[in-house]
Amino acid sequence: MSTVAPNLKYSAEHEWLAAGDPATVGITAVAAEALGDIVYVSLPEVGSTVTAGETCGEVESTKSVSDLYAPVTGEVVSINQTVLDDPALVNGDPYGAGWLFTVRVTEEGPLLSPEEYAAANGVTAP
Amino acid sequence: MSERTTALYEAHAALGAHFTDFGGWQMPLRYGSELAEHTAVRTAAGLFDLSHMGEVWVQGPDAAAALSHALVGVFEPLAVGRAKYSLIVAQDGGILDDLIVYRITPERFLVVPNAGNAELVFTELTTRAAGFTATVTDASAHTALIALQGPRAAEILTGLLPEAEHETLAALRYYAAHEFSIDDQPVLVARTGYTGEDGFELFIPDTAAPGLWDTLLAAGLTRGLIPCGLAARDSLRLEAGMPLYGNELTSALTPFDAGFDRVVNLDEGHDFVGRAALEAAHATGVRRVLVGLRGEGRRAARAGYPILVDGEAVGTVTSGQPSPTLGFPIAFAYIDPAYATPGTPVQADLRGKPEAFTVTATPFYRRTR
Repeated sequence: MSTVAPNLKYSAEHEWLAAGDPATVGITAVAAEALGDIVYVSLPEVGSTVTAGETCGEVESTKSVSDLYAPVTGEVVSINQTVLDDPALVNGDPYGAGWLFTVRVTEEGPLLSPEEYAAANGVTAP
Repeated sequence: MSERTTALYEAHAALGAHFTDFGGWQMPLRYGSELAEHTAVRTAAGLFDLSHMGEVWVQGPDAAAALSHALVGVFEPLAVGRAKYSLIVAQDGGILDDLIVYRITPERFLVVPNAGNAELVFTELTTRAAGFTATVTDASAHTALIALQGPRAAEILTGLLPEAEHETLAALRYYAAHEFSIDDQPVLVARTGYTGEDGFELFIPDTAAPGLWDTLLAAGLTRGLIPCGLAARDSLRLEAGMPLYGNELTSALTPFDAGFDRVVNLDEGHDFVGRAALEAAHATGVRRVLVGLRGEGRRAARAGYPILVDGEAVGTVTSGQPSPTLGFPIAFAYIDPAYATPGTPVQADLRGKPEAFTVTATPFYRRTR
């Protein structure tokens, strides 16, 4: 697993966004690694509107809890029920099976390229 | 970033450790998954570097009397080869540290304070021993401490000892210590720990630490032993209901606040630093008591979160996280004595959202013997 995946956009708060309609949102391997073993995830409700840069859930590990920030503004289309039941998926496959929710984007927040995100976090670019 | 590293720093780095600053030291937080490390200690064995902890020797004809004056316990009756948990308090009765005292010979005691308090404890012991025929020496900088913890710890350690000493190790009781030899290196082995499991803490000179670490890891390879970081140490001690200095114990609290009445010896004739303040505190009673909490949901209460009853703040969480062994959130909290009875329902304010918790007896986890 590379620490930063190509073909994704990134927020400074460690969310990734896979473009599409709807777009998919998750947290990065950098964040998952820093949090440690994730034991609880709360996600926005389907149909609710999330706002770029604002909190829309939380990710809790054995050692800490951190807010989940929406990287974009838009309506939540679906959430990953499997991750709610098995939060360890976020550690195991943050860019795949550990995705968090999909959203119909009306506006993007400030987002970084894989290279910019990697540089900001002192890790190797994909 | 703190500068101090232990003699095992290179070994940790080679094992891929994630480091954290703890008490002024760069220590392994975890090597891989902290949950896997926690589970290894509960089911097999884990190896911890605790070399950041202090080692202070108190020696001389009056060593026992000096410790009885410096700490809240009485040390003259402590048998050679046995250990005692104790506290050092300030003149005002506030807890300066919790520590373990080992009686190695009639006139030699080893005091083990927490890393962040080691210098203060050394300074205080030096001052408080001034009127006694006893010397206080800080050996922290050149002493390493490795903990081998878990149900298979005894089996792993036994395999490293000559057969003649197997019985001695088997007979070593909890809170007892004995000097063994491993790879021709003298090792002070104490049957103590901070995990709630059987296990040992091994004191050795710094220079011998990397060799012993590798020897232990190799001996435990086929028995499920893995290196464990401070994250697992914290979750293990919380499940075992053991306090952590800085969380459950602080200089703003007396031993009575923390429920350590039995550690304080207020017998007539036990003149120790802080006695007057502790006598007064004992007579007054406490405003808050330390209790265990069990979460009814999945979200954990963390240190600093308020405890509520009917919307009113009645206490504060000091440590909390999801219990890996039990599968529900657990926490320590200081709470109004009116709500301290096990079974009492309370709420924890989890970042603005109240969540149901129940006051519960500690330890949360007790091993089956």
